Amino acid sequence: MSNIPEDLKYDKSHEWIKIEDGKALVGITDHAQTELTDIVFVELPEIGAEVKTGDVMLVIESVKVAADVYSPVNGKIVEVNEEVESTPELLNQDPYGKGWLVKIETDDSGETLLDAAGYRSSIE
Amino acid sequence: MKQTVLYNQHISLSASMVDFAGFMMPVKYTSIIDEHLNVRKHCGLFDVSHMGQIKILGKDAKSFLQYLIANNVDKLRIGQVIYSPLLNETGGVVDDILIYMLNETEFLLVVNASNIEKDFTWIQTHLSSTYENVSIDNMSMNYSMIALQGPDSEKLMKKTGFELADLSYYEFKEIYYKDEKIIISRTGYTGEVGFEIILENSLAESFWIMLLNEGKEFNLKPVGLGARDSLRLEVCFPLYGHELQDDVLAIESGVSWAIDMNKESFIGREALVNTRSNYKLIAFEMVERGIPRAGYDVCQGDNSVGKVTSGSFLPSLKKNMGLALVRKEQTEIDSEIFINIRSKYVKAKIVKKPFLLPFNRRKN
Repeated sequence: MSNIPEDLKYDKSHEWIKIEDGKALVGITDHAQTELTDIVFVELPEIGAEVKTGDVMLVIESVKVAADVYSPVNGKIVEVNEEVESTPELLNQDPYGKGWLVKIETDDSGETLLDAAGYRSSIE
Repeated sequence: MKQTVLYNQHISLSASMVDFAGFMMPVKYTSIIDEHLNVRKHCGLFDVSHMGQIKILGKDAKSFLQYLIANNVDKLRIGQVIYSPLLNETGGVVDDILIYMLNETEFLLVVNASNIEKDFTWIQTHLSSTYENVSIDNMSMNYSMIALQGPDSEKLMKKTGFELADLSYYEFKEIYYKDEKIIISRTGYTGEVGFEIILENSLAESFWIMLLNEGKEFNLKPVGLGARDSLRLEVCFPLYGHELQDDVLAIESGVSWAIDMNKESFIGREALVNTRSNYKLIAFEMVERGIPRAGYDVCQGDNSVGKVTSGSFLPSLKKNMGLALVRKEQTEIDSEIFINIRSKYVKAKIVKKPFLLPFNRRKN
């Protein structure tokens, strides 16, 4: 059973989002990291990059496959998790914690995003 | 969706399951990289029950096989296994298979899961009236298959009480387990010392559990299809659907060593003699960062010269490497090539095969 924390928002493309004080913290879900298998490389975006909802924001490479990660909001990348560049396994080991990917400055409220139940039914 | 007899075992071990050739198979239990490294260092247990078994029986079985396969059946003695591509009339590969000689009139073929029906139909179609005393039996639904691979696999088999010390590479024995005959061969697809066990479905679960329990002291871990692929790629073993294809000349795919052109007649021989070969299977290592994958374009200068057939991060070598089918010209070791990875041209260089030596070619 996939771990889907109740206090987060989700995108159909398997990103989780936590919006607080005009900033969206984004990562990939437990379901995503299981499907991808061992993650070996994360290509993080530039700080300052502008993103629109649905844009490919970064690429994750696993032993089996390369996967696009999409921006769930409109905004600007203000922080990236450099630790995942040196230790990509963090995405497999702790996708909701140490495996966070980017922080996006945004005006979006996240209302159109899925809640935990909505994401759960989208993957079943 | 089909399941092997060991499906519940995989679920109880928390395996991530995927559809492979119509079977729900474990792609990993813990991590592809950990499982891969554990096979190289200790030993690993694989469920390969999705693969197929076809029996060829009768007085003319041997001569029929000699026509059917590209390798030489005369090399086989009772108790031996041989590897061969099955060629089609244009010299491409229908499948790559193992042939076990059980006795003078009984041969067991082990075939790839994705090709079971195709191979059976192929064999049936080519069984002309020339071979009167031959019957073929698709036993795939009756048998399960388990692979035990890794440097500690011999110690584990010894502990379980099977007498296998006199079994050489590519030999097999029929042994009793729970009063039923099972086949244990010294074969495998990982490049490590190991065994493959073919047994009736009803025996598979207890055999698997028995090995996992006895294997604890040797760090035996279950291994999924993900690591099975990275293990075979490290030693450059070809895979049907990647290096071996129906429309790629077998001699371009790196299996020439298993084709005996001295045989007077076999399916595909004429094509191999008459068709000009323009391509070659090369091994390459990424120089710039990127992971090559099957289907990616390979370029030299301004030209596309071929395609990647297999590519991955290789855990033992900690490098991104792959195999590609490219035009023969300018394929010397160290030549520079570019792999088109998601629209970026990423530098790589041609290297010697294999990336890692299989156990039987290592100096120690």
